[in-house]
Amino acid sequence: MRFMLLFSRQGKLRLQKWYVPLGDQEKRRLGRELVQTILGRKAKMCSFLEWRDLKVVYKRYASLYFCCAIEEQDNELITLEVIHRYVELLDKYFGSVCELDIIFNFEKAYFILDEFLLGGEAQETSKKSVLKAIEQADQLQEVRAVYLPRPLIPLISQAF
Amino acid sequence: MSPSVRLQEMIRVIRSARTQGEERGVIQRECAAIRAQFRQADNGGRSHNLAKLLYVHMLGYPAHFGQMECVRLIASPRYNEKRVGYLGAMMLLDENQDASLLITNSIKNDLAHSSQYVQSLALCTLACMGSAEMCRDLAPEIDRLLRASSSYIKKKATLCAVHIVRKVPELGELFTPAARALLAEKNHGVLHGAVILITELCERNAQTLVQFREAVPELVHIMRGLVTSGYSPEHTVAGISDPFLQVRILRLLRILGRNNDTASDAMNDLLAQVATNTDSSKTAGSAVLYETVLTVMDIKSESGLRVLAVNILGRFLLNNDRNIRYISMTSLQKIVSTDHNAVQRHRGTIVDCLKDQDASVKRRALELSLALVSAINIRSMMKELLLFLSTCPPELKSHAASGIFNAAERYSPSQRWHIDTILHVLITAGADVRDETVPNLIQLITNASQLHCYTVHKLYRALVADISQQPLVQVACWCIGEYGDSLLQGDCEETEPIQVTEDDILDALETVLQSHMSSPATRGFALTATMKLSTRITENVDRIRSIVSIYGSCMDVELQQRAVEYNALFKKYDHMRAAVLEKMPVMDRSSMGQTNGESGGGGVQELEPTKPKQPEMMVAPQPASQVCDLLDLLSDPEEPSLPGGPLGPGGAPLGPAGLMSGSAGGDLLYLLGGLELTPTPTPATAPAAVTVYDKSGVVLKLSCERPLDASQTITLTATNTSDHDVSSLTLQAAVPKNVQLQMKAPSGDSLPARSSAVVTQTVLLNNPNKVSLKMRVRLSYTSQGSPFQDTVQIDSFPTPGL
Repeated sequence: MRFMLLFSRQGKLRLQKWYVPLGDQEKRRLGRELVQTILGRKAKMCSFLEWRDLKVVYKRYASLYFCCAIEEQDNELITLEVIHRYVELLDKYFGSVCELDIIFNFEKAYFILDEFLLGGEAQETSKKSVLKAIEQADQLQEVRAVYLPRPLIPLISQAF
Repeated sequence: MSPSVRLQEMIRVIRSARTQGEERGVIQRECAAIRAQFRQADNGGRSHNLAKLLYVHMLGYPAHFGQMECVRLIASPRYNEKRVGYLGAMMLLDENQDASLLITNSIKNDLAHSSQYVQSLALCTLACMGSAEMCRDLAPEIDRLLRASSSYIKKKATLCAVHIVRKVPELGELFTPAARALLAEKNHGVLHGAVILITELCERNAQTLVQFREAVPELVHIMRGLVTSGYSPEHTVAGISDPFLQVRILRLLRILGRNNDTASDAMNDLLAQVATNTDSSKTAGSAVLYETVLTVMDIKSESGLRVLAVNILGRFLLNNDRNIRYISMTSLQKIVSTDHNAVQRHRGTIVDCLKDQDASVKRRALELSLALVSAINIRSMMKELLLFLSTCPPELKSHAASGIFNAAERYSPSQRWHIDTILHVLITAGADVRDETVPNLIQLITNASQLHCYTVHKLYRALVADISQQPLVQVACWCIGEYGDSLLQGDCEETEPIQVTEDDILDALETVLQSHMSSPATRGFALTATMKLSTRITENVDRIRSIVSIYGSCMDVELQQRAVEYNALFKKYDHMRAAVLEKMPVMDRSSMGQTNGESGGGGVQELEPTKPKQPEMMVAPQPASQVCDLLDLLSDPEEPSLPGGPLGPGGAPLGPAGLMSGSAGGDLLYLLGGLELTPTPTPATAPAAVTVYDKSGVVLKLSCERPLDASQTITLTATNTSDHDVSSLTLQAAVPKNVQLQMKAPSGDSLPARSSAVVTQTVLLNNPNKVSLKMRVRLSYTSQGSPFQDTVQIDSFPTPGL
């Protein structure tokens, strides 16, 4: 995987993970253009598109778009599964996750992603193991988050 | 207030900002506070400050002042600070930043940390943004971790090794032994990483690939275990046991089995098993099946298996899920050339996909349909394609049009069908067709002589209906001009008869001439057509004459020139008019432009199909860059020897080296030439020279070197028979499009009076498309102090003497 972007329906970036070395300006430009391209697509259209020289796989869960840019030889369908697995992990961790959870706890979203994907590839195929590892890592931290806002629209149940 | 809430508080404040300006203000304040905090000593809130900065960075604001803080936090003993520090490093530092090198040492230390979560942070960061130097430094550490650590760390180390191999391929050898051993692991995460690592190693190194071919049985065994064994709830997705691992193993098998019979045989059974047993109702199953199909098509599989794979793709085509349809068409596209018949079976479904809503699916369906057109299904396919053309999105129109033309050209069952098809395309998508379509169509029409009547009727109707599609209008004008008499006769057995009067035709042409939608080329077509009609119709010749004379003062130079020439035809050369405006002979696309050597009048008529093409003007290249060519010129034995020495006074500017060799060579030849007392008889193979220009004493002769085929050499010889010297002579040549022209350096640029010396220039022509060859040569020279310029059109090239 080259990079993964999460953005809202208004085009605001909620998470970006880049696995290729690019300058800040370049990343911003690419991100903006790709976001515009995907937001311009209609609801029932294909989840795959060829954009520039990349294959892009995206899926919308409630108000968030999850978008991955993969290599030429990568399997698009399994990337859809990777995206779904990540959403499931977030859901299990936050308990019926919604966009606000990811906004206010973005660093945790990153930690979960880093426990699931490493260097752009899936490192653990068992959901249980990933969640256990995150739990134990959290326990190492002395500071705990005290207040999480109530979930509004759970992401999973409105998956398209 | 707990620091974590401070972060969330800041996020809330930023989100509640109503305007962009307000948000900027809040962020500036926060950044200032964060900067101040960074400068202070450790106060326990460092990680939260950095987290705040990372949020600000995600919104798009600059955050480079946080880089050093990341480095500091990474080195901290506290886990929460390390965690945020590493996250910051991955977000703010990339290998192009200098600060990234500073964390190499910290990573190295953390890789040997006692806590596996700290180790995992270091591995994650290295795999995400490790530069080549960092990778080289830390590769031995990674190798150590690959061999002896918990499976939690092993799986991460494996993927880290993958990143290292991608960055520094030479280090692959370091990891090969460990990778081989990892295949024996039971842990799915480690196995998954190991398969990826082996894939990378095999893709980059051919010897490693050979080595790992021996692992095929082991991989087959693992895969079989996944497919058949019991239910493992931890790894199962939608009934498929660990689809991620399965897909990866299939991909590795593909690479190992490619071009290798033994390996391919070993996996045949397994692939058949996976293909038949996998349930594809959900995406996970489809993903595995998709990968299986790709593998089957790529290795040396037996034909039964290939058929099975194509059938799976066919099943995908019928799937309701648009993604799966798209995937299957992408795969079918890859195999349509090798397994054409198998794909043909699914033609119906593919053609149905042309009507899909999604543009990407439509595109795939179009490409696949064009690849599937054959002589048998041409009629039905063309119907579908034409229907598609009328409704397709604009970005696909030109691709579809050119595809349809190619298909029609290769497989058209009859000329009439072919012409109909092209006409249909021109009517629906006229604006998107390529330029060559018009002359191609015209040539096709002239060849179908029995269809002239039918064609002109159809075109007339189309023209009257709509004059906005330029290619269509051009063809229509041309046909009406050529075959206007058939149109007037009114009856044609193949189409409904309509009553057309001469006025109607002239009205139509005049509309085209006057319309603002017509391009200049189209107007040219229309004017010439009008002119041609003067011989085909009987009553309204005066009307034609008036139209033509009006355009004699048109602003467009091309039209004006034509109009003036036509006027001349009416006035001075009226006796020639009928002959000049005769019907065109059948044009053969592949024949050379061996015209009948007519004078300029005939040239006007023959020139029409090429007129829309822009003649290329190629200025003679600087002699300095043609030093070798000049020497070629001198050494060419076929050069017709010239009276009085081959070179004029070396007036042509040459590069310093060229000057020496050029003049030296020239002197040599001059000596040789000077030995001849009489003008040397041209060698038997020297071609005859034809005078193409003769004015004010300057004579230009042209001779061809080789027979008129794709490439030939032409020599232009200029002589001065007047009493005054001519200097600064330059020749420029233009040829029709698709013909390549190369002018060699001239032998000189001055012509002394009374033919005492000549200037020769060689022109190389390459005519791969065998279009009719014409050349326009412009001479410029100075004589008696004033500059002259003239152009001559050469329509016929002399055949070389035998």
